[in-house]
Amino acid sequence: MTDPDGVARVYRQEYGRCVATLVRVLRDIDLAEEAVQDAFATALERWPATGLPPNPGAWITTTARNRAIDRLRREAARDDKQAQAALLHQPDEPQEVGPVRDDQLRLIFTCCHPALAPAAQVALTLRLLGGLETPEIARAFLVPEATMAQRIVRAKRKIKDAGIPYRIPTEAELPRRLPPVLAVLYLVFNEGYAASSGPGLVRADLCAAAVRLTRELAGLMPDEPEVAGLLGLLLLTESRRPARTGPDGALVLLPDQDRSRWDRALVAEGQAIVRACLRRGRPGPYQLQAAIAAVHSDAPRAADTDWAQVLALYDQLLAVTPTAVVALNRAVAVAELHGPAAGLAEMDRLDLPGYHLFHAARADLLVRLGRTGEARAAYGRALELATNPAERDFLTGRLDRLGPGTGPAAPAR
Amino acid sequence: MKQYLLSVHGTHGEPLPEPEAIQQMFADVEKVNEEIRSAGAWVFAGGLTDPSDATVVRVEAGRALTTDGPYAETKEQLGGFWIIKAENLDEALAWAEKATVACGAPVEVRPFQDEPEA
Repeated sequence: MTDPDGVARVYRQEYGRCVATLVRVLRDIDLAEEAVQDAFATALERWPATGLPPNPGAWITTTARNRAIDRLRREAARDDKQAQAALLHQPDEPQEVGPVRDDQLRLIFTCCHPALAPAAQVALTLRLLGGLETPEIARAFLVPEATMAQRIVRAKRKIKDAGIPYRIPTEAELPRRLPPVLAVLYLVFNEGYAASSGPGLVRADLCAAAVRLTRELAGLMPDEPEVAGLLGLLLLTESRRPARTGPDGALVLLPDQDRSRWDRALVAEGQAIVRACLRRGRPGPYQLQAAIAAVHSDAPRAADTDWAQVLALYDQLLAVTPTAVVALNRAVAVAELHGPAAGLAEMDRLDLPGYHLFHAARADLLVRLGRTGEARAAYGRALELATNPAERDFLTGRLDRLGPGTGPAAPAR
Repeated sequence: MKQYLLSVHGTHGEPLPEPEAIQQMFADVEKVNEEIRSAGAWVFAGGLTDPSDATVVRVEAGRALTTDGPYAETKEQLGGFWIIKAENLDEALAWAEKATVACGAPVEVRPFQDEPEA
């Protein structure tokens, strides 16, 4: 258990917690990261011989702290003002410093501070809390490594220069400060679940990081129903992942999925969270989306879906999040409950010309109404806009199934 | 304590509000000023006259050259500013929120560089 893989596992699990505590102790993100990385390098040398310590996180944190203070002392001796200032806050005797829960919350809210751009929030969260390396994050978001490295460096510099505090927002601030945190976790999961480009449909590492961090946040903020709602939504969505791609990697949509391949443990956990949310009676957008996912996961077959319930939940969701994308999903439920013509009428009221899923959903309803020429044009438009290869293959397949027609041809791309 | 510049960015060339609205704005801004002073966060503040009153001085070929301003030919021009002391960015942003409500224009928050140690 103490092979390099064991250390790597501890790294993923403990990195964010250790950095969070060291940022509090050292009051500097770069120093904290260096210290934690130093400590893991030492662990890699020692643990294979000594075995894992009983509490690896506390071992890393204590080692990192002691090393950082040794280094600060050396630098302070060379008349480094910053090192002297950092040392002022340190007690003399080395002490056991285990990861502290509040430290993680502080770091989450610092990484997702609204003064940072959303792309920087995502990058910092994955780097500092998710323990992902910069090249991994760059690959996940398909930007050059140098670009991602610069994004992270600039965000860390802004935190330092602008004085973004390392603190948990007050109760009064939470309504404004929590949504960006949830948005970052949701975005990380979504990018993993439907990568906007790149070879595969799913980037499992991003999904796993999002679920892990959301689970931690839910543990840290048990009284926030929207955090629980997001966790429920992610778990229920993640439960379908095994059924979401066919053997050849092709996309399989919800109605066509082999539901026996859903991850039952995740379904059960997600549904339990949704039930707990319902009991609390403080619904929000994430809880409502989780509830919709839970209704789907209740149906043994697609035909058993309680669409009346789905539509009622979309009505509520549309009331709190009146966006065209929510209205589109609601229109799909309308089509299932009241027929494709009713669904199409709802969709045609929406203004989503640049969204590939709008055209794909419209095309599906047009097919069911026998309006093949229009369906072909709508699939063609969806194909022009879709970037994920698996989604493109799926749309091409749908278009091919309609056969050659006299309508507008699919673009040759 | 850090210091922050809270600058008010107005759109040049837009019609001026009614005189009563301007009076109200002055009163609201003065209220915020009082709050900043009594919180001990006050360093300095002031409103600027029209950007067309600006003059630019620069050195070219070793000689100072004076031209009619403003320096940047953009629609958005600095209309006034506060310099405040705050423990951190969150405190500065809270003042900026009150400032933008009072003056009715976007407020940009920028930290000053830390003063070199003596």
